[in-house]
Amino acid sequence: MAQSAELLSLSPPGWGGNLLRGLSHSLQIAFGAYALGLVIGLFGAYGKLYGGKVTRDLLAIYTTVIRAVPELVLILILYYVGSDIINKISAAMGGGRVEVSGVGAGIWVLGIVQGAYATEVLRGAIQAVPPGQIEAAKSFGMPAFMTMRRVTIPAMMSFAVPGLANLWLIATKDTALLAVVGFNELTLETRQAASSTRAYFTFFLAAGFLYLMVTLFSGGIFARIEKWARRGQPSLKGGSR
Amino acid sequence: MHNCEIRGLLQAEIRRILDMDTAKAVSPTPETTTPDEAIKVEDLHKSFGTLEVLKGVSLTANKGDVVAIIGGSGSGKSTMLRCINFLETPNSGKITIGGELVEMHADGSPSNRRQIERIRTRLAMVFQQFNLWTHRTLLENVIEVPVHVLKVPKTEAIARAHELLERVGLGDKADTYPAYLSGGQQQRAAIARALAVDPSVMLFDEPTSALDPELVGEVLTVIRDLAAEGRTMLLVTHEMKFAREVANHVVYLFEGRIEEQGPPAEVFGNPKSERLKQFLSSVA
Repeated sequence: MAQSAELLSLSPPGWGGNLLRGLSHSLQIAFGAYALGLVIGLFGAYGKLYGGKVTRDLLAIYTTVIRAVPELVLILILYYVGSDIINKISAAMGGGRVEVSGVGAGIWVLGIVQGAYATEVLRGAIQAVPPGQIEAAKSFGMPAFMTMRRVTIPAMMSFAVPGLANLWLIATKDTALLAVVGFNELTLETRQAASSTRAYFTFFLAAGFLYLMVTLFSGGIFARIEKWARRGQPSLKGGSR
Repeated sequence: MHNCEIRGLLQAEIRRILDMDTAKAVSPTPETTTPDEAIKVEDLHKSFGTLEVLKGVSLTANKGDVVAIIGGSGSGKSTMLRCINFLETPNSGKITIGGELVEMHADGSPSNRRQIERIRTRLAMVFQQFNLWTHRTLLENVIEVPVHVLKVPKTEAIARAHELLERVGLGDKADTYPAYLSGGQQQRAAIARALAVDPSVMLFDEPTSALDPELVGEVLTVIRDLAAEGRTMLLVTHEMKFAREVANHVVYLFEGRIEEQGPPAEVFGNPKSERLKQFLSSVA
């Protein structure tokens, strides 16, 4: 026990600091990827619902392919293909090799994956908005973009939040997959600490605990967001306004 | 493909998605209306697929008119009302609002987005299903369009909204969400929302059809008051007694055509068409 505490202490020779640094990297990527995913998802959902045939077909290919291929494979493909393309472009423009930043690459790769799922979550949520509410906005001369901002998005939030909360939790855990491309997020830091000290059980338990904390904390935040998004809707349990 | 070509295509697609088509308009013909005309509809046609719902309807409402539109279900009365503010796209015809001809593509869709948005702000619609924004309180519902579309200062809009809610008997419900109100209360709030834009014409699309019988009266009372103060209104309704009482012009639609129209005393008291006679006896 005392030995474990020593191994996990924040300052060397303990590895706690490394784990926390890994966690912070993981969270950075998760945040970035989630935000990127939401933006892609919003455009994707609108494109799928209101776009022309070409837009809809392209988006159908995007969501199908991304959701069909295992994320680990996607990460390998997007990471290596992505850095290869960047280097080719750099070479063509007469530059040298570009070192792809781990955080940046992680955000792009996971963001593209998240975007495919977010597209479907948001598409469903937008479709669940009573058409009359959008029609009312239209009938009062509200421009399309304002209608989206003032009516559609707020009205769909209550339908979208549970799905989006899932996506966030998946985002935090998908960061672990970036260990395969050598990015030092929490899982890779843990593995390094574990293999250096042979205390596998201690470190992986500690990492599991950190992931759990992230989940619990996120759960609290999303509960609040959901409560806000559901304002104006009587709860199923009945209750006050 | 050239780079800017792709960009052009992309922009066109984004505009399409946001319904911001700004393509060339069919050139508007010269105005032929008198300043008194609030709404003029000429030879309006509308089909849904192969089903022809409106087969050439023409209608004029002057300022201060209360026009009641009656007819059996499927006669096209709601469709006509919805074509006037282009919630439905007519297939052909001409629509002139307050002396301004709505620019249309050859296929009947409005060709000038800004114009149609501007015209819509002068036509307030009250829907059968109320269509209040459920994530906003009554006050927020009423100030939404004045503040965000018409750019009225917020404090001014709020003061006016309180007056309007008071007027429809919901002064104490300003901070309540629509879902906690009865249908009658929601519809009265929807009327307050419509009044908040100070419309030149109000369009009522079967405003009491979704209400429990005992709630119909409170909504009709509000509409009656509005008629009495000289508001121009187009009213699609099943309430014959009410139509007779408040309207100064009644239009009877049958299968997409105006079968008979005239002052209420004539239309209800002395119907000429057999179909109208039948219709009136069936709803009486």
